[in-house]
Amino acid sequence: MASLLHQIRHQSVTIDRPLPLDSGQALPSVTIAYQSYGTLNADRSNAVLVCHALTGDQYVASDHPATGKPGWWARMVGPGKPVDTDRYFVLCANVLGSCMGTSGPATPDAATGAPLGMAFPVITIADMVRAQAMLLDHLGIARLHAVIGGSMGGMQTLGWAAAYPERLASAVVIASAARHSAQNIAFHEVGRQAIMADPDWQDGQYYGSDRAPTKGLSVARMAAHITYLSEAGLTEKFGRRLQARDAKSFGFDADFQVESYLRHQGLAFTDRFDANAYLYITRAMDYFDLAEPYDGRLAGAFAKASDVRFTLVSFDTDWLYPTSESRRVVQALQSVGAAASFVELSAPFGHDSFLLDVPALDRLVAGALRNGG
Amino acid sequence: MALRPDLAIIAGAVPAATRVLDVGCGDGDLIAALRDKGVDARGLEIDAANVTAAIARGQSVVQGDANHDLADYPDDAFDYAILSQTLQTTERPDRVIAELLRIAPRAFVSFPNFAHWRVRLALLWNGRMPVTRLLPVAWYETPNIHHVTVADFRELVRARGIGVEAAWYLSGDKPTSAAAATWRAEHAIFLISRV
Repeated sequence: MASLLHQIRHQSVTIDRPLPLDSGQALPSVTIAYQSYGTLNADRSNAVLVCHALTGDQYVASDHPATGKPGWWARMVGPGKPVDTDRYFVLCANVLGSCMGTSGPATPDAATGAPLGMAFPVITIADMVRAQAMLLDHLGIARLHAVIGGSMGGMQTLGWAAAYPERLASAVVIASAARHSAQNIAFHEVGRQAIMADPDWQDGQYYGSDRAPTKGLSVARMAAHITYLSEAGLTEKFGRRLQARDAKSFGFDADFQVESYLRHQGLAFTDRFDANAYLYITRAMDYFDLAEPYDGRLAGAFAKASDVRFTLVSFDTDWLYPTSESRRVVQALQSVGAAASFVELSAPFGHDSFLLDVPALDRLVAGALRNGG
Repeated sequence: MALRPDLAIIAGAVPAATRVLDVGCGDGDLIAALRDKGVDARGLEIDAANVTAAIARGQSVVQGDANHDLADYPDDAFDYAILSQTLQTTERPDRVIAELLRIAPRAFVSFPNFAHWRVRLALLWNGRMPVTRLLPVAWYETPNIHHVTVADFRELVRARGIGVEAAWYLSGDKPTSAAAATWRAEHAIFLISRV
C-alpha cells in the first residue's frame, strides 16, 4: 500500500538550502508539497496559511489523490466559505515528516537513493513551522494575513506565533494545546508500538519490500480514532448494536458495529498514510511544549507576539485537547497583552468537531479572519 | 443600532486611543461603539453564544467569568475596565471592583439602583421582592444576587478608599440629579479610580 501511496505526484518545490532541525541535525535540502487556492493580491497581504493535523494533508479543499474524497476542510475553505478563497490566497503545505510529497521518512537518501526510513531525523512542530517559513520565503510572502489550524495544525499555528510573530497578523487555533499531555503521549505510544510490533515494519525499511506494516498502522489508527470521538458520540452512533447479525457469535469477529467501524477506519487509513510518517509526526507532537524553553512559563513563548490577534476555540466534548489547555494558552496571551479571543463551543463530535458541521465554528473563523483590529 | 443608555454614556466618556476591557460585554455592542471611536476595546463574557457573536463581528472577546477570570489579566493591562449591569450578579462585588481597579486605573461600573422609588414602593406596599423594568426576574430565578443601591455603592467606595471621578444617574433614559439619585435613579453609572 505504501508503495502505491508514494507513486502519487504532488505539486511541490524543492528548496536547496539546509533546514536546521531542533535535534541539532539538518536536512541538506527540503521538498515541500503544497496546494494553493485563490489569488495572491498585488501587495501580497492576503495569504492565509492553513496547517493540517496529524493525518491531514495539503488537499484542504480539493479531492484527495489517493482516496478521491473531498478535501478535509472543504466545508471551511473555498469561495464564499469562512476561509474565503475569493478574498484570501490560501496555502496548505504537507508537513515535514509526512507522506504526501514533503520530505519525510520515505524520501530517498541523497547518496544511495534508497528511502531514508528511520535514518530520517526526528523532527518537531517547530521544524515543521520552519519548513513552512522556507516555503513562504520561496513564494515571496513576507507576512501572512492569518495562520489557522486545528489539533496539530493549531500547534503549528501557535508555533508560528512563537517563532515568527512579525510574520502573521492573526492566529486561529482550534481544538489544540500548547503542549502534549501525558495522556496524549500515552495514546501515541500505543500507536507507535502497534506499528513497530508489526513484523512487516522491518525496522522501518519496508519501502522496497512487498510487505508494509498495514496491520500495525491500522491498529494505531483504531486506537487514535477512539480519542477523536466523544463517548456520547460513539454511544449514539453505535450503542451496543450488532454488525449484520442477529446474535453474538461467541467468537472474535466484529460482532459489534463499533468494532466493524473501527476496523474499517483502520484499514482505510493505510491506503492514504505511511506508517513511518505516523511514527515521526506523533513523535513531533509528543515533543511539543511551547513553554519548555521558558522554564514552563508559557507566556515566554508569546513575549514578542503581543501584536498578533489570537482566536482560540475548544469543544466541550473534546477530551483529547480539553478546554483547560486552550484556557492555559489564553491566560498566557493575556499576560503579555495580546488580543485574544476564546470560546468553548458545544458540539457532540469530540475532538473531531473541528472538522465537522459546527455552524458556530464557521462564524467564528470568518470573524477571526476579518480585519477587526 | 441604538446603544443602551448607560452604554451610550460610557461610550461617550471613554477617550479615544485608550485600551479598554468590557467585562460582561454581551455580544459586543459597546465594544463596537468604542472601536468606532478608535478605542482598543476587548471583552470578557460568560455566555458562549454571546462570545461567538462578538468574535464573529471581528472582536476580541474571551469566554470567562467576572468572578474568577479577571485574575488572568496583568496589572494595568488596560486604561479602563467596564462593568455594566453586572456588579449585582457577582459573587463578591467588592472583590470584583478591586480586580477592575487592579487591571485598570479607572473603571466604569453601572448597576440598577435597588432604592429607586418604584422598588421601595413595591416592597413597602406589597411586601414582595420587586420585579421592575431593570430587575425583570422573580427572586427565585434572578441572576441579581447582590442588590445594591446608589447609597450602598457610595458607601462601599468611601470605605475602600476608591475615588469617584464622575457619576451619571438615569431615570428611564433621562438623567437625574446626584442629590435625588437615591430615590429617583433607576440606574447609576460611576467612573471610579484608584486614589
